[in-house]
Amino acid sequence: MSMTKDELLETLSNGLPGSEIQIEDLAGDGDHYAATIKSKKFIGLNKIQQHKLVYDALGEKMGYTLHALSIKTEILED
Amino acid sequence: MQKNAKEMITKEISSNDVHLFMKGTPLFPQCGFSSTVVQILTYLEAPFTSTNVLEDENVREGIKEFSNWPTIPQLYVKGELMGGCDIIKEMFESGELQKILKEKSIISK
Repeated sequence: MSMTKDELLETLSNGLPGSEIQIEDLAGDGDHYAATIKSKKFIGLNKIQQHKLVYDALGEKMGYTLHALSIKTEILED
Repeated sequence: MQKNAKEMITKEISSNDVHLFMKGTPLFPQCGFSSTVVQILTYLEAPFTSTNVLEDENVREGIKEFSNWPTIPQLYVKGELMGGCDIIKEMFESGELQKILKEKSIISK
């Protein structure tokens, strides 16, 4: 019930193509990460909607494969 | 989703101005993320009610489906999902949370 940093990065990149993603491993246990995602897809959306896009990208993994993910979303500027 | 769970969730968020679905209780949070939201609300002196999702598996799963939001805690203000830990923390740090709570007459200062 965990995933590597690379798996997480790949999942997020596939779900949110064109975004800039940074992942920090918080505990080294494959279960606690902080992700900062910059994407153009966030333009015009409130925080809830932005985070929902990230959760959509993770699909079933969130809450099951991955326990704790801290998310920060930002709009990607040109 | 179980009908009872949905009714309970709807009732809590419609009858309480600020309601937090969390793991544990405000005095004894059982998860760091839940604890952070409690600390912020307490610091702002915002009155709130809470539901401990660990006490009822149907509510724990039901709330995720209800809001289409896969994680807990979830903070509702006037019946609307305001955010989980990350969003509430960010809104608190930027002052936006204080502004909204003031606008909605939940806090005065």
